[in-house]
Amino acid sequence: MSEALSILLTTALWAAVLRIATPLIFAMLGELICERAGIVNLGIEGIMTVGALTAWYCVYAGHGLWTAWLIAALVGALCGLFHGVFSITMAQSQHVTGLGVTLLATGLASFVYRIAVPGKATPPTITAFAPLDLPWLGHPLLAATAPTYLALALVALVAYVLWYTPLGLAIRLVGEHPQGAQAQGINVVAVRYGCLAVGSALMALGGAFLTTAAFNSFVINMVQGRGWMALALVVFGAWRPGLALLGALLYAGFDAYQLRLQTLFPGIPYQIFLMAPYLLAIAAMVPMARKAIGPQALMVPFVKGER
Amino acid sequence: MRIERRERVPAALLLAGGVGACLLLLVLGSLLIHSAGAPVAASWLALLKGAFGSRLAISEVLTRSTPLILTGLACAVAFRAQLWNIGAEGQLYAGALMVAALGSGALSLPAWLLLPTLLLAGAAAGGAYLLGPALLKRFLNVDDVVTTLLLNFVMALLVSLLIQGPMHDPLSMGWPQTAPLIDDGMLPRLIVQSRLHAGLLIALACALLVALVEARSSFGLQRRAVGLNAKAARFAGISTTRIAIWTALWSGGLAGLAGAVEVMGLRGYVTGDLSPGFGYTGVIIAMLARLHPGAVPLAAFVVAAVFVGADAMGRAFNVPSYIADVMVALSLFVMLGTSFLLGYRVKK
Repeated sequence: MSEALSILLTTALWAAVLRIATPLIFAMLGELICERAGIVNLGIEGIMTVGALTAWYCVYAGHGLWTAWLIAALVGALCGLFHGVFSITMAQSQHVTGLGVTLLATGLASFVYRIAVPGKATPPTITAFAPLDLPWLGHPLLAATAPTYLALALVALVAYVLWYTPLGLAIRLVGEHPQGAQAQGINVVAVRYGCLAVGSALMALGGAFLTTAAFNSFVINMVQGRGWMALALVVFGAWRPGLALLGALLYAGFDAYQLRLQTLFPGIPYQIFLMAPYLLAIAAMVPMARKAIGPQALMVPFVKGER
Repeated sequence: MRIERRERVPAALLLAGGVGACLLLLVLGSLLIHSAGAPVAASWLALLKGAFGSRLAISEVLTRSTPLILTGLACAVAFRAQLWNIGAEGQLYAGALMVAALGSGALSLPAWLLLPTLLLAGAAAGGAYLLGPALLKRFLNVDDVVTTLLLNFVMALLVSLLIQGPMHDPLSMGWPQTAPLIDDGMLPRLIVQSRLHAGLLIALACALLVALVEARSSFGLQRRAVGLNAKAARFAGISTTRIAIWTALWSGGLAGLAGAVEVMGLRGYVTGDLSPGFGYTGVIIAMLARLHPGAVPLAAFVVAAVFVGADAMGRAFNVPSYIADVMVALSLFVMLGTSFLLGYRVKK
């Protein structure tokens, strides 16, 4: 038992926590922005996959890591705008359009990857982000990369914008009461499109982290439910960036810890350890969901002039 | 510029919309084929031949559409009552595991009794797996999309655990799979020397049954009422709890049946790759059928033809078979777009 506890004191564990949490933080922030404006974006899993492929391919084709990130964000934003055409302009069910985006985006990513890398050879690798080693930022023991610090900074930025700026007020109003927002002279449709684009760009960056920082190659189906986990984190975090960040760190902590527990308890099938985070995520949603504090106009299409 | 709802859609416009949608899909598909570096016309021909070109091809499409009909029905049934069951994949495996557990010798019954027992057990397992999320939603307001999705991953891990551990077939050498069903537990083949099995008839019968229940029974009416407006339905004296439970059993049961039928008709045992995403494709099929149970078999057949045909096209011209996933997802958006354009008109 003391062995299991002593793992908690190793820096390797905390380095792993940050590494596991980073893609979730990007994706969770992206989903949170969309949902605050009243749009559930179930395209998250697919948009992450597209981001992962885009960033990997850009580096593979010889561009710099940050250029790859910029392009991945742009492609992600395009996915968000595509989603918006159907969910905002055409006012279709957000569940359907979002899942459609996920299926289309994952299919397209696999298709493009197969064309880019024909044959079944081992996936080509790229040079990924190296751990940051600056005396004033990035403790070398944590071995975290620049995108991890970017993710943490973005949490603060998004929280600030949402609660302390007129833009944030407009976004929250659009998610709570679009007709009211309209009466205040806010362009509901523009706010929703903007949030979908920015949110989806962040999701794509979550995927980009997987290929350009966590691993150094693209594998089909590599997002493996991280998008859905981010969706759960938004609910767990009661649509607040800070709380959701805490959730992401808790989840990552558990994930990193179970990986090390597996080697300590070889008698227990490893699948049990892998199952636990999903079941915990469901359990953690229960107390939050009861309060029903989500944006009131979530999933309600906005039609001008209708109430 | 503003848009307004059309009172009624003229038949000519409906026809034009359908033709336009098909043409658009054809163009988009051609772009994909072209970007893969394959000859466009010849590739389409290979797809058609692969899906409909021979008796074997057609039987293969029907085989592939069998689980898709059932998962499509499962999603349609749930969505009609606003239960967002995206977990048909997990429920499918629950049904498959139950059939494998009972059918590989644990139950010794005559075939005429064993087959229905296994089918019912598979359906029950699938229904039970959806019960949790449905009750969490009904009583604790927990988002059903997230819970059903996450439970797919839990089930995938459970399958992996069971086929490597307690349910592992010792005769399979190292392969992770369950012990095969006994012969009496297998569904008969419909055409000799093909993979087509009696599961197709079961799936079609289910579609008929679901269509009848939805259109004619008070249960179907109440479910629809809850789906349209839960508050009003409760006010009218409909027990939303009862409806939530039965909808979960109904929808999860159909998905569980898909797993049962795949094992009993085709494989004979459970592996981790029993379903290449039948549960997720079921969501699209339900939407393509516009949640009408009667239209689900047709949608499933078309989608299955795309998948089987794309495999043939891939073999002939090296087009990645993922093109099928892209085409099916695109067809959803083209359908959504055309129905929007048909239902509304743009006013200057």
